[in-house]
This record gives sequence, structure tokens and C-alpha cells, in this order.
Amino acid sequence: MSAAPSGAAAQDLFRFVLRLGDLSLVLGQRLGEWVGHAPALEEDLGLANVALDLIGQARLLLTYAGEIEAKGRGEDELAFLREHGDYFNAVLAEQPNGDFGRTIVRQVLIDAFQLELYERMATSTDERLAAIAAKSVKEVRYHLRYSSDWLVRLGDGTEASNARVQAALEALWPYTVELFAEDELDRSMADRGVAPRLSDVQAAWSARIDAILAAATLQRPKDRPHAWHGKRGQHSEHLGYILAEMQHLQRTYPGARW
Amino acid sequence: MYTQALDTLGAEAASLGEGALEQRFLARVDAEEKIEPKDWMPARYRNTLIRQISQHAHSEIVGMLPEGNWITRAPTLKRKAILIAKVQDEGGHGAYLYSAAETLGVSRDQLIDQLLSGKAKYSSIFNYPTPTWADVGAIGWLVDGAAIMNQIPLCRCSYGPYARGMVRVCREESFHQRQGYDLMLHLARGTPEQKRMAQEALNRWWWPALMMFGPSDANSTHSGDSQRWKIKRFSNDELRQKFVDFTVPQAKFLDLSVPDPLLRWDEAKQMHTFGPIDWNEFDQVLKGNGPCNVERLAARRHAHAEGQWVRDAASAYAEKQRQRAITQAA
Amino acid sequence: MSNTMEEGREWPLYEVFVRARGGLDHKHVGSLHASDARMAIDHARDLYTRRQEGVSIWVVPSKEITASDPAETDSLFEPARDKIYRHPTFYEIPDEVKTL
Repeated sequence: MSAAPSGAAAQDLFRFVLRLGDLSLVLGQRLGEWVGHAPALEEDLGLANVALDLIGQARLLLTYAGEIEAKGRGEDELAFLREHGDYFNAVLAEQPNGDFGRTIVRQVLIDAFQLELYERMATSTDERLAAIAAKSVKEVRYHLRYSSDWLVRLGDGTEASNARVQAALEALWPYTVELFAEDELDRSMADRGVAPRLSDVQAAWSARIDAILAAATLQRPKDRPHAWHGKRGQHSEHLGYILAEMQHLQRTYPGARW
Repeated sequence: MYTQALDTLGAEAASLGEGALEQRFLARVDAEEKIEPKDWMPARYRNTLIRQISQHAHSEIVGMLPEGNWITRAPTLKRKAILIAKVQDEGGHGAYLYSAAETLGVSRDQLIDQLLSGKAKYSSIFNYPTPTWADVGAIGWLVDGAAIMNQIPLCRCSYGPYARGMVRVCREESFHQRQGYDLMLHLARGTPEQKRMAQEALNRWWWPALMMFGPSDANSTHSGDSQRWKIKRFSNDELRQKFVDFTVPQAKFLDLSVPDPLLRWDEAKQMHTFGPIDWNEFDQVLKGNGPCNVERLAARRHAHAEGQWVRDAASAYAEKQRQRAITQAA
Repeated sequence: MSNTMEEGREWPLYEVFVRARGGLDHKHVGSLHASDARMAIDHARDLYTRRQEGVSIWVVPSKEITASDPAETDSLFEPARDKIYRHPTFYEIPDEVKTL
């Protein structure tokens, strides 16, 4: 076992693990909205499976974050009782589901990111994160198979479906910039060998996305400068509604056990 | 293979004659043999099964909605995961059942059309609202509990694909009932507000759960044939009684009261007697006048209509791939 | 609009076979709808192996399966009934003879 970090290092690790956990949590929450409303019965099951994996990842990561913080907060205190600005997911995850095509585009972009990230994090110097990454990478590899297969069907399906997913891609693309915008925290995690360099993740992600878009006969949108910093707690308007819904019972009945 | 099942009727029926075929069919049912998709069966048996299996499938699909709307509001991550898995299972059960119905020569699309056009029925229980988190628990405990009671005998139903589907469903259903009871237990032992929430949910779901077993035996139109054909093994009233006898002690353990002033234990008969069921309410909900009938169907119609372009795109892509394969081979 | 022929058409039916554990045969478990074989595998995984029921999946378009006709059950399978000499228990071997 590596010694538990303390002080500033622990504070950094805590925030970094929240970034990972919140990304899975918020995306899982979004996918949960689909269950019972998917385009085909079999897709209800498919989307639910992905949601279950993501909620499972969030539980592991938030539990770990709570232990690093060492203030007695567990997965549920962290998931349900934080303020808006204390969530550190990239804002792409909180974007509304829209139609199935938009959900699939969002999913491909994040699945590919998580896959490249977790593959590299399986050798993290932080044993706990390495173990979580090793488990999650198997799930995420399937998620990307599911989402990218669908993106290819929709992109190379009918003219109407192609137009829909191309529009969704244009709309969501600007949010991807944030995933790779390396800040002080990302740099320090990479320096300590806890996480990979985001530039490495980006290069691999970009190649993977290009191949998927080519198969789907979709055009890669132009990069635009980003204005989003969900990783620092600056969110789009959508997160507030997600939290209002998600936190409803915990906020209404403080201290109750469920 | 399944949609061809009807084609084989011609030759066999011609050689034997309807009467003899029906005798042979009944003898096989009496001998507890399973009837399989391509076997000869009376048209009434086929139609009864299509009606019953598809109603059952529709119930699972519509049944995803009342609980599904709590997925985003589940109070802990563990409960959220359990609820997603549970609602997902309902979808899975619907799929097993549609798959069983399709062996009788109807297509999934036909069945879905019947549901969306309002022609087909589904369990009226899902037309009641789930205003609080406790309703998720009450549904698992009572509604799934009643469903299990109805479904266990169906595992021995004379029609093979239905019986096999029900074995799978029953295996999974007991998780549903247990998670519901576990949820209620946490509420009943929680804060006064939580306990009140649990009591109110029991009040809401008790009577509709009893109605799930269908009209009392005296007024049940389909029971006779279904019992003869070994589709149905116990009468509605028998199963309802069993449910009450099982459930009342469970409510007592939760320290919640069953909303029936006439409920009492009959020492002589060794069973509970209970108050009269409001069959007028049952009829009204069945006719479409329940609290959520309109909403539930609207949600299904919306999902189906909004999914059309997706299903079409996948079909178009598959066709393109097929053409490409032909071109490449040439 | 392209492919108008495909629109509104139901996804085809696939039969699903699952190998429960290494060393066992694939066994028929049911059917499902999918637009292509790869999707059928995904759907089979989500529908029939949610509780670790399998380690391998086969999917076959339902229309590709040819089944025997129940009307021919007697002529197909009855003739095997009286060939009891095919079974090892048909032969009485003296106790003294081992490992046979």
C-alpha cells in the first residue's frame, strides 16, 4: 500500500477524484432519464446497462474521494449534499439528452475519453485509482462499442438521421475542449504519475474519434475556443436542474436513512 | 421459424380433421406435455395465449414508467442502481414475453400497435401514480409480490415458450419483491415522516394490488377454458387469498396497518377474511378512466414515435451493409 | 429520402443461444429484435446475460432456422425407439469382466 497523501497533496487528489467521479455520476444520471423511453425496448436495456456501470464507477470514486478527504463524508454525502460549484464534472456530461442521436453523440465523445484515460490510469501510482481504472476500462470499452456502433448506424443510415447526428455533433463539440484543457491540477497529477498527460489522452482520443466519424460519414467540426470550466466548478445552467431533482429527497429529509 | 408456425396447420389438419386434432391436443395437455410453437393447437387456445401473453408483456413495459420516474430522484446511489436494475428487468421481462407471443404467429409491431392504439389491455395497476419514494417500495413489495403469486403457476403453463419465459421472469422477480420490502423496512424504521410516507403508500397500493388477481371467480369470463388448457392453474380468488395471508404478517412486521377495517384472522378457517373490493373502481381504471391511463399511454406513444427515425436509420444502414457485401462479393 | 423501402419496417427477429459456462454447449434461450447481427449480440448480452448467465453468445436470424415438422414426429423419431441394442445397458456382461 502506498502511504495516504496528506495536506495539499490530499486536497489535490480529492478534487481530481471528484472530477472523475462526477463525470460518471452526472452522465449516469442523464442516461437514467432514458429508461422506459428509448427508441426500442432493447435499447431501454442497453442504455440502462451503461447507466448502471457509470453509477457503479461513481460510487467507487466518490467513496475513495471521501476517504481521501477524511471528514466522514461517504459516497452519498458527496453525491447528494454538495453545492453546485463543488461538482467538478466536465459540462459535456450535464448537457441534456435531446433525441437519441444527441445522447449517442455525447456518449461517444465521453466514452472515448474515459477509455483512453482509464487505459492509461490502470498503471497509476495511486493503487486505488489504478484498480478502479482497471475495472472501469472493461465497462467503458463496451460503452464505446455500443455508442460508436450506434453513431455509425445513425450517421450512415438515412439522410434524416445523418443530419440529426451531424447537428448534434456540431452542438456538443465545443464542450469537448474542456476535457483536454490541462490545468494546474491535471499537471500535478500527471507529474506524480497518478494520471496520464491529457495531451496523450487527447491525441489518442482524437484518432479514435476520427475513425468513428469516418465510418459514420460525419464531418468533424472545427475546434472553437472553450468557455467552460466544469472541472473547476463553473457549470452550465443544466446542472442546477439535475441537482434539484437528484438531491430532492436528501435535501427535504436531512439526516434520514434510506 | 416462428412465423411459419401457422403454415404447417394446413397439411396436418387436412389429414386428421379438427375434431380428432383437438382430442389429441387435449390428451397431450392432460398428460402435462408441453405444446410447442409448431404443434397443432385450437385457434381459441392460440388466441387466448396471444391475448394473455401480450397483455402481460404490455404490463411490464407500461410498468417501467411509474417506478422509472423515480430513477433520477432515488435518495442514495445504491438505491438508484437497484432501481435502474429493477426497471431494466421489467423491460427484459417484456422482451421475453413479446418473444414468447411471437412464437404464436404475431409480430412485435402488431402487438405494440395494439397497445398504442388502446386496443390491448395491460395491468390496470400501472395506471396509479407514484407521488412519493415510498411508492417504489410499495410497488416492489405488493405489486411484484402479487405478480409472483400469479406467475409461479404459469411456469407450468401448457404452452412451452410461455412457461420457459415465466421461469426466467420468476427467477428475477423475487429480487424485485425483496428490494421493495427492504425499502419499506428502511422507511418504516426511519423518521416519523418516512414512516408516514410508507403508510400512505401502503394505503394507496393495497386495494389495487388485490384487484391485480382479476375479477372474483363468479364473474371471471376466461377462467374456464384457461384452466382446461392448463394455462391457468388456480382461480383468481384462491391466489388473492394466498396473497392476503402472506402479506398481512409482513405489514405487521413493518408496523404498518393494512387499510381494511374488516380485515381479521379467521381462526376456524385458518385464513384472513377481508372487506369487499371496489369493483367499480377496477372497471373504471380498466376502461381507461384511472388516474394515469392517459399519461402512461401518451408516454409509450411518444417514445415509439420519437424512436421511429432511429429504428429506420438502423434498418437503412443494415440494408446498405447488405448491398455493400453483395457488391464486394461480385 | 433514401431507402424508403426500409422505413417503418420491423427489425428482424434473431434466435439467441448462450453458453452458460466454459465446456457447455450453447443453448437456445429466446429471441430478440435487432437491425443487424452485431446489434443482436449487444441486445442478447443486455437481455439474456444480465446476471452472468453466459460466457459466449450465438445469434441466428430466425428465418434461417429450419425446423422439423411436428406432423412428422412419428416417422422421424419413432423408428429409433426399438433399437435398444444401441444402448450399453442392453448387454449383460459377467461381473468377472472388468473395465468394460
